[in-house]
Amino acid sequence: MGNVLHCQDIVLGWEGSAVVSGLNFNISEGDYLCILGENGSGKSTLIKALLGLNKPMSGMMIKPADMKAGDIGYLPQQTAVQRDFPASVREIVLSGCLPKCGLRPFYNKAEKELARSTMERLGIAELSKRCYRELSGGQQQRVLIARALCAAQKVLLLDEPVTGLDPKAQLDLYDLIAELNKSGVTIIMVSHDFAAAVKYASHILHIGARHQLFFGTTADYLSSDVGKLFEEKAVSENE
Amino acid sequence: MSDFAAKLQLYFSYPFVWYALIVGLLIALCSSLLGVTLVLKRFSYIGDGLSHVAFGAMAIAGILGLTNNMYIVLPITLISAVLLLRTGQNSKINGDAAIAMISVGALAVGYMLMNLFPSSANISGDVCTTLFGSTSILTLKPADVIICIIMSVIVIAVFLLFYHKIFAVTFDENFIKAAGVKAEGYNLLIAIITALIIVLAMNLVGSLLISALIIFPALSAMRVFRSFKRVIVCSAVISVFCAGTGIFTSIMAGTPVGSTIVVTDIAVFFIFCIASLFTRGKAK
Repeated sequence: MGNVLHCQDIVLGWEGSAVVSGLNFNISEGDYLCILGENGSGKSTLIKALLGLNKPMSGMMIKPADMKAGDIGYLPQQTAVQRDFPASVREIVLSGCLPKCGLRPFYNKAEKELARSTMERLGIAELSKRCYRELSGGQQQRVLIARALCAAQKVLLLDEPVTGLDPKAQLDLYDLIAELNKSGVTIIMVSHDFAAAVKYASHILHIGARHQLFFGTTADYLSSDVGKLFEEKAVSENE
Repeated sequence: MSDFAAKLQLYFSYPFVWYALIVGLLIALCSSLLGVTLVLKRFSYIGDGLSHVAFGAMAIAGILGLTNNMYIVLPITLISAVLLLRTGQNSKINGDAAIAMISVGALAVGYMLMNLFPSSANISGDVCTTLFGSTSILTLKPADVIICIIMSVIVIAVFLLFYHKIFAVTFDENFIKAAGVKAEGYNLLIAIITALIIVLAMNLVGSLLISALIIFPALSAMRVFRSFKRVIVCSAVISVFCAGTGIFTSIMAGTPVGSTIVVTDIAVFFIFCIASLFTRGKAK
């Protein structure tokens, strides 16, 4: 299995002050890594670093030589702008091909074909002419995943993908992500949904306030002190 | 009716009517193209802010006694557009606060300068003309028309060539940045052509009504259409139609050009609002 990313003693910060430090983890091809952490634990700073949008303050971040910025498909959290945006599903999925265009003003046949086949793969082909703002939350997330897959086929970074979805749609989306993972896509998912994380992920990275609490396989996590503590908390919150 | 046709024929024998029509339609087309992006990016007010800056710049040009104030107005507005966009991204100063600050400031400074160094006896008339563009579109010279045509061609060409990029940056800047595309560059491009359009539009509707020209066609189109391409095309058609109708009406009825165009735009907006009630009902 090839390496996707190796992080050693990373310190991440914002405008000169450290937000989270001591990050040590490793992502291999085909992994399903779930990054758990409370709000304010530096998850969004970590996302930016993974995407190459800001550099770690110290530590080593080793990527394979053939990997460059934009090789991670990103599913951002929805913004208010998008909720009432007049755009068809096809237009949005196709915009995932934009980085491939460079300075070329229009999409070529291969890119249009990629968008079409990706929509089929995610089961949204029949929605292609529908307006994005009229879709259900789950359908919207599928559209955005299709767009991310058009930009990068191997690694997906999902930022709280199930937020705001009803339970049934959440389950569907988790199943879809698991399926993508089985077909060879490396998944990095940021979440605070403990139950789903231990159910689906192969590896867990748990960030506490300002530093890393755990990194390892899901089985190890469940038997670790951190995992047990968090599980109790998650259970009591659900009751 | 023949009376009406004769009157129309008479007007169209004057070149200035043709100039007004050409300039009016081109500006309407350009502003509507960008309007959709600006409204969706929550930059509706950048038009307003920049037009006030252009007003201030015009006051300075008037004091300096420049025959063609384009040389001062264009660079100042361009710089402000870039600055406004920069502060819009800076988390320390709120984007809308920055726009409000610059727009009110420029308006006040411009008006004060006009009062301190009056270029003609009729200050309030001058201010009114600059703000509402009352008749300046009917006093265009051939050189103005040529500048306008060149700038419109630039704006339209840039828009067509970067259409997909503008769409992507408008819809989701975070994703595009993560995918390795230089979103800042395209934002800058949007700011620059916005500034170009505003400087152009000052001649037509004056600085106060520019926002209307940018916003109304986009909002009308967004009521009814559901894909980005259709919204853009529809908003361009609405804008050109309203500008044409507005210019004809103002010539025939003797009303001020700028406000007549905007009133037409408002009327179309309400028609589209009503139309959207029916199409929504059908979709469900």
